[in-house]
Amino acid sequence: MVTLVVFHAVVAVAVPWALRWDRRLMALVAALAPAVTVLWTLRQAGTVAGGGQPAEMIEWVPELGLVPQFRLDGLAWVLLLLIGAVGALVLIYSAWYFPAPPTLGVGVLVAFAGAMTGLVLADNLLILYVFWELTTLCSYLLIGGFAPQDAQARRAANQALITTTGFGLVMLAGLIVLGQQAGTFTLSALLADPPRGPATELALVLILLGAFVKSAQMPLHAWLPSAMVAPTPVSAYLHAAAMVQAGVYLVARLAPAFADTTVWRPLVIVVGLVSLIAAGWHALWQDDLKLLLAYGTISQLGLLMVLCGAGTRTAALAGPALLLAHGLFKAPMFLAVGVVDRTYGTRLGSALHGVGRRMPCLGLAMAAAVASMAGLPPFLGFTAKEAALEAFAHPGPDLAVFTGVAAGSVLTVAYGIRFLQGAFGGDVGGTGDKPPSRRAFSPAHLRGVLTAGPRDPVPGLAWWPIAVLSAAGLLAGLIPGAWQDLIGPYADRFTAAAPYKLALWHGIGPPLAASAAILALGVGVYFTAPRALHEATGRLPTAQGGYRAALKTLFAAAHRLTRRTQVGSLPAYLAVIVATVLALPGTALVAGLAGETVPPLRSGGLTLWDDPVQAVLGLIAVTGALAAMRMHRRLSAVLLLGAVGYAMVGLFILHGAPDVALTLLVVETLTLIVLVFVLRRLPEDFPRRRRSRRLQFLSGLLGAAAGAFIASLLAVMTLSRRDPPVGPGYVAQARAEKAGNVVDAILVDLRSLDTTGEIGVLAVAAVGVTALMLAGMHQGRFERPPQDPGGGRWLAAPGPPPLGPPSVLLAITARLLIPTILVFSIYLLVAGHVQPGGGFVGGLVAGSAFVLRYLAGGMRELAAALPWHPNVLIGGGLGLALLTGAVPWAVGGAFLESAAAEWTWPLLGHVEAPSGLVFDLGVYLLVLGLVLSLLRSLGTSLEEEPDVPDASRGEAR
Amino acid sequence: MSLVLLIVIGVLFAVGFHLLLQRSLIRIVAGFVLLGHGSTLALLVAGGPAGDPPLLGRVRRGPMTDPLPQAMALTAIVITFGVTAFLLALAYRSRVFLGEDEVPDDVEDRRIAAEARRGDYDEEGGG
Repeated sequence: MVTLVVFHAVVAVAVPWALRWDRRLMALVAALAPAVTVLWTLRQAGTVAGGGQPAEMIEWVPELGLVPQFRLDGLAWVLLLLIGAVGALVLIYSAWYFPAPPTLGVGVLVAFAGAMTGLVLADNLLILYVFWELTTLCSYLLIGGFAPQDAQARRAANQALITTTGFGLVMLAGLIVLGQQAGTFTLSALLADPPRGPATELALVLILLGAFVKSAQMPLHAWLPSAMVAPTPVSAYLHAAAMVQAGVYLVARLAPAFADTTVWRPLVIVVGLVSLIAAGWHALWQDDLKLLLAYGTISQLGLLMVLCGAGTRTAALAGPALLLAHGLFKAPMFLAVGVVDRTYGTRLGSALHGVGRRMPCLGLAMAAAVASMAGLPPFLGFTAKEAALEAFAHPGPDLAVFTGVAAGSVLTVAYGIRFLQGAFGGDVGGTGDKPPSRRAFSPAHLRGVLTAGPRDPVPGLAWWPIAVLSAAGLLAGLIPGAWQDLIGPYADRFTAAAPYKLALWHGIGPPLAASAAILALGVGVYFTAPRALHEATGRLPTAQGGYRAALKTLFAAAHRLTRRTQVGSLPAYLAVIVATVLALPGTALVAGLAGETVPPLRSGGLTLWDDPVQAVLGLIAVTGALAAMRMHRRLSAVLLLGAVGYAMVGLFILHGAPDVALTLLVVETLTLIVLVFVLRRLPEDFPRRRRSRRLQFLSGLLGAAAGAFIASLLAVMTLSRRDPPVGPGYVAQARAEKAGNVVDAILVDLRSLDTTGEIGVLAVAAVGVTALMLAGMHQGRFERPPQDPGGGRWLAAPGPPPLGPPSVLLAITARLLIPTILVFSIYLLVAGHVQPGGGFVGGLVAGSAFVLRYLAGGMRELAAALPWHPNVLIGGGLGLALLTGAVPWAVGGAFLESAAAEWTWPLLGHVEAPSGLVFDLGVYLLVLGLVLSLLRSLGTSLEEEPDVPDASRGEAR
Repeated sequence: MSLVLLIVIGVLFAVGFHLLLQRSLIRIVAGFVLLGHGSTLALLVAGGPAGDPPLLGRVRRGPMTDPLPQAMALTAIVITFGVTAFLLALAYRSRVFLGEDEVPDDVEDRRIAAEARRGDYDEEGGG
C-alpha cells in the first residue's frame, strides 16, 4: 500500500517531465498509475470479501502517534476501485482534452490520485489528515493552475483553498481531541474501543464540520459551484467522483463507532437532507450544464451523508454502493459536457440545439448515466436507492427521513431529465430556451433522433472513457451479489434486525412502490415545477454572499490590526524591541536588586581596574564612541570608530586574550578601509536629522537605559556565579591534543562544528555583498588586464589608485611589504597550533596584503595579482573545511574527528600535521576569499560613479 | 571584575543602541560595530577575570583566562566584519536606488496607516 502511494508520487513527478514533448503520450502513460491501483484493488477482492483486512505500517515517530498505518477493508476497497478507475479514464480523456502539454495538470492529477489513495487507506487519524490536506492542495492547483491569468479562476481556487483548509484545521482540532480521548491515533483501534463523553462529542462536531465542507454540504457548499471554472477532467475527477466523496468516506468510516452519540445523527441527517433537497431544487434551474451537475453533486452527496451517517446496517450497505454508483454516473456526465463544450463552444443549455441528433452515441451514454442517477433498474443506482429507501421504511422518525430521501430523489429525476434536454434536446438550428418537451418521451421521436444524419465525430480518446464509465454503471448493477459480498463485512459492524441484501429484486414492497412513484413524480416535477418558486428561493441569502461577507470582515479586521501595529518605521520597531527588553528583564533585574532576591554577589569581586592602563584605554573607547555619535561628517565618525576599535585591541591584550586582540586589529583595519571605500560614494555629511529634538532625546534615553541594563546585568551575572566554568576543561583537552594555543584548538578541533557554521555565515555574507553590489553590473570587470609591457617599475599593472593621486612611495612600500605580509600570514596559520594565530587571523592578514596592493595600484593591479576568482577561494575554503570533516566520517569515525599524521623528514626532523591544520587552511582560504570578494565588490565596483539616483529609479523599484 | 570594563561596555551598548535607532544607514552600521565591540568585551568579561593568555607550555605568572569565551569572541569579531560589509553594501545600494542612504518608512504600511478606511473588499487581495 505504501508502495502504491509512493508509485503515484514518482509517476506524478517523472512522467510529465520525461514526456513533456508529447501531451497525449504523457497523459496516457500517467494513466498507468491509477490503473495499477485498479489492478491491485481487484487482486485484493477475494481477501476483502472474506472479511480480511490487509494492513501495513511504518514506524516513524511512535512517540507522537505519527505512525503511517494503512489498512484495506470493504469501504476502502469500493472507494479505491472508484479512484483508480475514474482516475485512469479521466487521464486518458485528458490526452484528448488539453490543447497544450498539461505538465502541471497531469502531474497534479496523478499526485491527487496518490493522495486520495493514501487518504482512503490511512489507518491513522493524523496520516489521514495529511492526505486530506494534500487533496485540497491538488484541488487548489488544478482549479487555478490552468489559467493563472484569469481572475475568476484565481478567486475560485482561493475560495476552495480557504474554505476547505479552514475547516480542515477545525477538523484537525477534532481529530486531535478524539485521539487524546481514545489514547490512540490508530483508526482501527479507536473504532474498536471508541471513547465517549462531552469532549468526544465536541470532537465529533468539529470533525463533521470538516467532512461537510469537504463534501460541499449546505450551507458551506459555495466553493464547489465556484470551482467549476476548472477544466472538465478536473471537475469530473476531483469535484464529482473522488475528492468531494472524501467527506462522506470519513463519515462512513467513523459511523460504526459514533453513530449512537447524541450529536451525530441529528447533525448528519439534517445537513444531508437539506443539501439533498435544496441543491436538487437549485440544479433544476441551472442553464450552465456544469453548474447543474455541480448542484446535482451537492445533492447526491447530501443523500450519501444521510446514508453513511445513519448508522444502520441497511443504510451502510446502501451508502458505499451509492458512493460507487455516483462516481460512475457523475464523472461521465462531466466528461460529456466537456466534449459538447469543446465541440460547440458553449455549455449553456439555452445555446445548445440538436446536439442529440449530431452526437447520438454520446446522448445514449448520457441517458444511461442519468438512468443510473434516477434509479432505473437494472442500473447500480437502482440497487443502491432501493436499499436507501428500505433503510428508512419504518414507522417513527425514520419516516420523516424516508420522505426527505424520496423528495430529494424526485428532484434528482427531474434535473436528470433537464440535463438531457439541455445538453441534447432541441432541433438543429433552434434558438433560445428549450421548454420541457413531451417529445423526449415518444419512442418514435427518439428513434428519429438516433437515426438522423449528419453526425459530428466524437474523438476516441474522449468517447471511450465516457462509454466505459456509463456502461460500468449498468454492468455493476447486474452483479449486486458481488457488492453485497464486498460491502457486507463493513455493514455487518452495525447490528440489524433483518439481514438485508443488495439485490435487483426484493419483491413488491414499499421501496419498489416508492421507486415507481419517485420516477413518476420526477417527470411531473420536470414539467410543472413553478418558476415563481425558483425566483422566490433565489432571493434568499446565498452561501456565496456569506463567504464574501466573511472574507470582507476578515480583511477589514486585518487592515485595522495592521494600521494599529505596523507604523512602517524601522526605528520605531527597534525601539519597541529595546523597550521590551527594558520592560521585562529590566524591571525584573531592578526588582531583584531592590528586593535582594538575586543570588548573593561575591564580595570583593569588583575592582576599579585590572591595570591602570585599562583606565586610559577605556577612556579612549568611551570618548571615541560618544564623539562618533555626535559627528556630522561621515569620515570623522568612521575614523573615531577606528579609534574605539584600536582601544578595544588594547583592552583585549590586557585581559589576556592575544588571539582576539590580533584578530580585532586586522579586522578593525579592514573595516576602516572598507568603510572608506563606501564613503567615497556617499555625501560628505550625514543628511540633516529630520527628527524632532524630543524624539532624538527619547532615543538617547532608551539607549542609555539599555546600556545601563546590560552593564548591571553583566555585573550581577558574573559576580553571582557559583559553578566552575567549562573553559578549563578545554585546556586539559587541548593539552591532550598536544596543542599550545587553546583558543585555536577550540576553534579548529574541539568545537570545529561551530566554526564550520560560522565560516558558512561568512561565505553567505560574501555572496550577499557581491549580489548587492554587482547586481545588474557588467560582468568581466575583474578580467585580467592585457599584458602591459610598459608596466610600472614597482607594480605589475599599475593604474589609478582608488584613493588619492598615484604615489611612488606607496608603490615601493607595497612592493617591499607584500611578500613579507603573505609569508607572515602563512606563519600565523601554521603557528596557530601553538602560538597566537590561526586561520582567521592568517586569512585576514593575507587579505590585507592584497588591500595594500589595491591601494597602491588600483583595480588593474589587483586583478593582475589574483591567481583565482575570490569566489573560488570562498567555495574552496568552505569545501576544504567540510572535506576535512567528511573524511573521518567516511572511514567510520565521527564528523570532524581529528587525527594527526606524523613523520620524520631529513633536515626538518619530526613533523606533525594535525587534521586541524587542514581545517584551518580551509578557514584561511575562505577568509582571504571574503576579503578579496569585498575588495572586488566594494572596492573596484565603486570606482565609477553610481548611476544617477533620481526619483524615477526609486519608483521603478 | 573591573569597573572600568563595565562602564566601557555600558557606554558602547548605549551609544550602539542610540545609533541603531537612527535613520542614516552609515550611523546604523556604526552602531552595529559598536554593539559588536560591546558584545565581544562582554563575552570576555563574563568569562572571568583577566589573567595569562591561554597558551600552554609557557612560564605562567598567574591563573589563565578562560579560553572558551575567547574562541567565541574571535569568531564573533570575524562575523561582525562580514555582516558590517553586508550592511555597507545595503547602504550603498539604498543610495543608488533611493538617492539617500536612509531607511525609509515602509510604503505599504504607510499607505494602510494613512487610509482612514479601506474601500470595498478587493477579492484579489485574498490571493
